[in-house]
Amino acid sequence: MNKPIRNLAIASLVMFMALLLNINYVQFVEADSLNAKNGNKRVINEEFSRDRGAILVDGKPVAESVKSKDEYKFQRKYPEGGLYAPLTGYFSYIYGRGGLENSQNRVLSGSDDRLFVNRVVDLVSNKQPKGGSVEMTIDPLAQKTAADGLEALGKGTKGAVAAINPKTGAILAMVNQPTYDPNRLASHDFAEVQKSYEELTADEDQPMINRSTQQTLPPGSTFKLVTAAAALENGVVDDLDDQVKAGARLSFGGGITYTLPNENGGNCGGDKITFERALNVSCNTAFGGLALKIGQDDLAAQAAKFGFGTDPLTGLAMNPSRFTSGETPLEQPQLAQSGIGQFEVAATPLQMAMVAGGIANDGNVMKPYIVDTVRAPNLRVLDKTQPERLSEAVSSGTARKLQDMMVSTVTQGTATSAQIPGIEVGAKTGTAQSTADRPPYAWFVSYAKDGDDEVAVAVLVESSDTARDEIAGGRLAGPIAKSVMEAVLGK
Amino acid sequence: MTTPVWVPRKRRGAEFFLTVLAVFIGIAAYASVGLGVEGTIPADTYKLGGALVVVAIATHLVVRRVAPYADPVLLPLVIALNGLGLAMIYRIDLGYEQVNPDWKALANSQLMWTGFGIVAFAIVLLLVRDHRRLQALTYTFGFAAILLLVLPLLPGIGRNIRGARIWIGLGPFSFQPGEAAKICLAIFFAGYLVVKRDALALAGRRFAGIDLPRGRDLGPILAGWLISVGILIFQRDLGSSLLFFGLFVVLLYIATERPGWLVVGGLLFVAGAYMGYLAFAHVQVRVDAWLDPFSDPDKNFQVINGLFGLAHGGILGQGLGQGSPNLTPFGFSDFIAASMGEELGLTGLMAILLIYGLIVERGLRIALTCRDAFGKLLAAGLALSIAIQVFVVVGGVTRLIPLTGLTTPFLAQGGSSVVMNWAIIGLLLRISDQTRRPAPEISTFQSDEETQVVKLS
Repeated sequence: MNKPIRNLAIASLVMFMALLLNINYVQFVEADSLNAKNGNKRVINEEFSRDRGAILVDGKPVAESVKSKDEYKFQRKYPEGGLYAPLTGYFSYIYGRGGLENSQNRVLSGSDDRLFVNRVVDLVSNKQPKGGSVEMTIDPLAQKTAADGLEALGKGTKGAVAAINPKTGAILAMVNQPTYDPNRLASHDFAEVQKSYEELTADEDQPMINRSTQQTLPPGSTFKLVTAAAALENGVVDDLDDQVKAGARLSFGGGITYTLPNENGGNCGGDKITFERALNVSCNTAFGGLALKIGQDDLAAQAAKFGFGTDPLTGLAMNPSRFTSGETPLEQPQLAQSGIGQFEVAATPLQMAMVAGGIANDGNVMKPYIVDTVRAPNLRVLDKTQPERLSEAVSSGTARKLQDMMVSTVTQGTATSAQIPGIEVGAKTGTAQSTADRPPYAWFVSYAKDGDDEVAVAVLVESSDTARDEIAGGRLAGPIAKSVMEAVLGK
Repeated sequence: MTTPVWVPRKRRGAEFFLTVLAVFIGIAAYASVGLGVEGTIPADTYKLGGALVVVAIATHLVVRRVAPYADPVLLPLVIALNGLGLAMIYRIDLGYEQVNPDWKALANSQLMWTGFGIVAFAIVLLLVRDHRRLQALTYTFGFAAILLLVLPLLPGIGRNIRGARIWIGLGPFSFQPGEAAKICLAIFFAGYLVVKRDALALAGRRFAGIDLPRGRDLGPILAGWLISVGILIFQRDLGSSLLFFGLFVVLLYIATERPGWLVVGGLLFVAGAYMGYLAFAHVQVRVDAWLDPFSDPDKNFQVINGLFGLAHGGILGQGLGQGSPNLTPFGFSDFIAASMGEELGLTGLMAILLIYGLIVERGLRIALTCRDAFGKLLAAGLALSIAIQVFVVVGGVTRLIPLTGLTTPFLAQGGSSVVMNWAIIGLLLRISDQTRRPAPEISTFQSDEETQVVKLS
């Protein structure tokens, strides 16, 4: 009977080996992914009870952990309320994390590999581990100015502002309206948190999305900057003084009865106007015609060079902007509409700021970034973001021509509301239609240069308390862009 | 040529040393729990520790007295496991008391049941002076097993707890008779198979290189299978059903040395498992939870939290008293392996599994060296039942196999289980003592026999 017993002993050995291998898999190989699972209370409790690092703007915390007397020991606080909510995100016991609280969690919670030595020291000295801090690129004055500007349009205004430094890609302001107060989600009163969260997610205005990077809407006439760039780059026009076909309506021939009109039924000042004038007055028929000459492929390629179709932003959720939704070739009227930022063209405010920034930066589009510096609890710098070029959208010659056209649009075109005395300001307005039953979107895209200081801004006003016939990019969004540029340049 | 001489050694000194070590592990764990949860060593550590030392040494002395040649490693292994289990149950008590002052502490009753277990261990060693006597009671134990299994189904004393009808209530105590039935069945199977092994070993058809048993001999295995299925249907106890059937099949294989029985048993198991899966919603839930626990986090809360605990423990563990095993439902009983993994880490859980592995190994070693067929079968059966039990419950908790409810021997909270497992160790030590004891002098006429030897060179 010994042979079967020996065999069964081997079988037992196999069973125990299987158990041992399996726990090695669960506790070692799979441990990180299990710890990262949603609803893992152990990890949540641990992180909730930790001295989490701060998120800073210009050295001042906009998200910080302060001591609390309850079982979690620390309470997350957002001193500025909703102002920085789209950037910091939230830190909730029940609903996890959003924004930088989520993407920078390893540093903030202190579990980053670069903080390993700190953790060992804390362990040996029996101190609670502390998290590192994250400094944002935001200019606090610009941020505040942008938020005030949107708020001045009325409480019911939906909109977003994105401002970047064209030379580096650093995000200087990123504001949403409506926004939400992340303090409501960070509370330790979980019933209250649940109520707030349900209220916020049920809100039709979606206060918790970051409109500047997540909301893609038709950019309207601001997209004419891309069409103009493509026209110059592809030799469709060579100079600002070249005559382009304008007129009251653009017809397509070939039995197509649809004709493309101008925004207010005008004729752009004649059947033939200069290229520069076409942009100054935002002439639909001229740019629709240019789009047809450029062709779908080259226009799409130009949009892609400005960043359409990509998500270059790390740390925050971003939806890629798009030129068309599919691969199918556009019909002629559709292509003409696309050339003026309608049909299926959709862009985020950050993307449009990148267009203005790329033009201002002599054709070089910089990769946008929000995290400037990451520091250990002892303030040692762990990481500092280095500016990176995303692409060369246009040649420097083309860029200079586009700058001139944007400047003249401010001095003698639709964007006069952005004039700042003594400073080079270039801009382009946009008023995009979506459906007939809702008000058009007002856009304003601009840049300003004061010596070495540069800023590019995109303002989007989705809807406001303003009467419908008064909505125009220049009037609604222009003053906001102007004040943000002034704030950045210190005027 | 000289043949090696078997020198029987008692090795009681080694047992004493290991026992002291094992008791120290338990006391250190208890103190560590106090430090982890409350920041101080519990005030009664010295008292409790002293009591444990006294009990452990008393147990050792009993073995020294009535089973002097018994295996010296089994007792310390079991004491170490029991001590760790007590510390963990105490730790989870403290965790629950923090949120619920009315929590009814489990550690005290577990300590009491451990005492009863050690008494049962001593009684087995004292009463059963020769395990072969048990063979005479084969059918008595068989009937006792069936009676014990049926008890929970009787109205009045049977209790249905958490969907399984495996408990009986006697006054303030509730008891799982299935734990006792396990020992009775092992004795019955061993006694029955010793007698019938020759008939069962007759080969029938040969298929794929394996001799399958004759059709007419299938009766007993079918009966065993039916009993297991009956347990599953009437008591909804997947784990015990699996354990009893597995025990029977491996003993059949040992007794007959015919791998064919494993094939037949395996096929019957697959059939039974598939029928169970189709017939019972709770079996389907378990299988689904095994395949993809995260598909339904609410339903699979326990399994998921067990895994979270294990992952949070990582390699070195959170430290006793510093994890959150309370988040896992029944972290003191069914899921105590996950609680250990969380606080003692991969390292600690591997050590615990190795202790179980050693217990099984020592048990099988006893079976190998045992001189009588009944003792062989019984020792192998008891050892393998521990192996199967640990595999099923730890494998279930760590998602190696679908979860089935079985107790983790010596660790998990539960009186019946602790008492009966101590009794199993008592039986193993008794067989071991018999095995390692020097053979009695058989003949006094050695010279007569030597004259018969014809030397050729």
